[in-house]
Amino acid sequence: MASEYLVEIRNLTYAYGPRPVLVNIDMAIPRGKVVAIMGISGSGKTTILRLIGGVIAAQRGEVLFDGQKVDPRARAQLYRQRRRMGMLFQFGALFTDLSVFDNVAFQVREHTDLPESMVRDLVLMKLHAVGLRAAHASMPGELSGGMARRVALARAIALDPALMMYDEPFTGLDPIALGVTANLVRRLNSALGITSIVVTHDVAEALKIVDYVYYLSQGRIVAKGTPEEMRANPDPLVRQFVYGQAEGPVSYQYPSRPIAEELGV
Amino acid sequence: MMFGRNALSLRGIGAHTIDALWRLGYATRFLGLTITHSGTSLRRPRLIIREIYYTGVLSLVIILVSGLFVGMVLGFQGYHTLQTYGSESALGVLVALSLVRELGPVVSALLFASRAGSAVTAEVGLMKATEQLAAMEMMAVDPIARVMAPRFWAGVISMPLLAAMFSAMGVFGGYLVGVVLIGVDQGTFWSQMQAAVDFREDVLNGVIKSCVFGVAISWIAVFEGYDAPPTAEGVSGATTRTVVTSSLAVLGLDFIMTAFMFQGV
Ligand SMILES: Nc1ncnc2c1ncn2[C@@H]1O[C@H](COP(=O)(O)OP(=O)(O)O)[C@@H](O)[C@H]1O
Ligand SMILES: [Mg+2]
Repeated sequence: MASEYLVEIRNLTYAYGPRPVLVNIDMAIPRGKVVAIMGISGSGKTTILRLIGGVIAAQRGEVLFDGQKVDPRARAQLYRQRRRMGMLFQFGALFTDLSVFDNVAFQVREHTDLPESMVRDLVLMKLHAVGLRAAHASMPGELSGGMARRVALARAIALDPALMMYDEPFTGLDPIALGVTANLVRRLNSALGITSIVVTHDVAEALKIVDYVYYLSQGRIVAKGTPEEMRANPDPLVRQFVYGQAEGPVSYQYPSRPIAEELGV
Repeated sequence: MMFGRNALSLRGIGAHTIDALWRLGYATRFLGLTITHSGTSLRRPRLIIREIYYTGVLSLVIILVSGLFVGMVLGFQGYHTLQTYGSESALGVLVALSLVRELGPVVSALLFASRAGSAVTAEVGLMKATEQLAAMEMMAVDPIARVMAPRFWAGVISMPLLAAMFSAMGVFGGYLVGVVLIGVDQGTFWSQMQAAVDFREDVLNGVIKSCVFGVAISWIAVFEGYDAPPTAEGVSGATTRTVVTSSLAVLGLDFIMTAFMFQGV
């Protein structure tokens, strides 16, 4: 029953409104690997994470988590599945009314009956893993952006999930914090035996730490492969993204009439 | 031309009505969910107690001070009017009945809506805007059970208690002005009050009113926060709507309930 893949997405189509955001997506996330979903803003990366987490339901196709269908309508089953998933939100989404310690302890207290002394050991261990044990008494408002994200990471892994999802974990970090976070993603993956999905448009950093890449453009997977394969990919669409060129098949202009027509010349 | 404009405004009214009805239905469904998801709060009363502190206890100062002043003003105005008919001895009755039947429940509800209701909306709205609710959901914890229900019940419990304290403070204020300052006989002030105030007719009806107001304000406050668009303007708009809607709801409900209560007399 246990397949090689922890998450499988089959022929999935999703639309928020009339226009589909994702079209016929097929994806397989192997156990124990770090997989990146890359693409420019608005290409549907976050939407994929929301589908895996069961926040929204696909109009067509299915998402399998550990062989079991993710279905937002089957609430009890979904909540059981979510206990085995962790999600790192872009800005951390720490509970602002709880201390760092209580944030990390949140899931432990909600889902287990562990005595407070064990909760304490567990929380400090997780904070230690992200290098922030000393900050356990702080409030989230006192942390820098990078620290808040690491605390959120400690909170997400508090109950040792099988799958970690990172939504743009590198955005808005200074180069040092960025390197620290990237290493952390990789290190936690091996240390805890997690499977990780990293959604990002930070190509350079992602290609250094991931095992496999899906490249998404306008709701379709246009390329996939190992980082080496991506770097060597001759497709101009991929080259433009990987090497960060302004000119190429993807225009930075919002789709519009030609400028000459707009100006009436 | 005329016809066209009429048709347009008719259509506008229709659209507004449908929108309002839709929202009311949505809010009702939300209330139903909040009540059916109250198990967590009942099993963990600490969650409610914490919110009673934030909504109830922190509203205490403004409620007590306002009660005192309203009571003192009642003392002056009541004395002034009663004196014309030579019935100053009824001052205690007038003060107590005005407070217990009307002013206590209504004024404390208006104060509660602007002090605590707005705070709850802003807090819940911000939690939504900063993805705290989404994060909670991804940690397999239901935000309606964990965040909405405790805040709702805290408001429902706090409101009648605050109204009672408002009335008590008001009676004391009336006593200060009537007896201590103006010199109405202390014995008649209290004994007339005791004789004239009926427990079922006056006190109980007042308590019923403030319970209904408590439900209305808490419902509106929590719902507006939950439903707020996740932006700064969205949250500030929702906060304003909480104060306006719940104040109007309090006055409207008060009229309806008073009409029914007098019908019974
Ligand atoms: N809640 C929503 N309602 C309607 N459209 C949405 C919503 N969320 C995202 N979209 C649209 O879906 C597309 C993909 O969004 P998203 O998955 O957030 O992209 P990415 O994370 O790659 O930047 C975008 O065009 C965005 O405007
Ligand atoms: Mg995104």
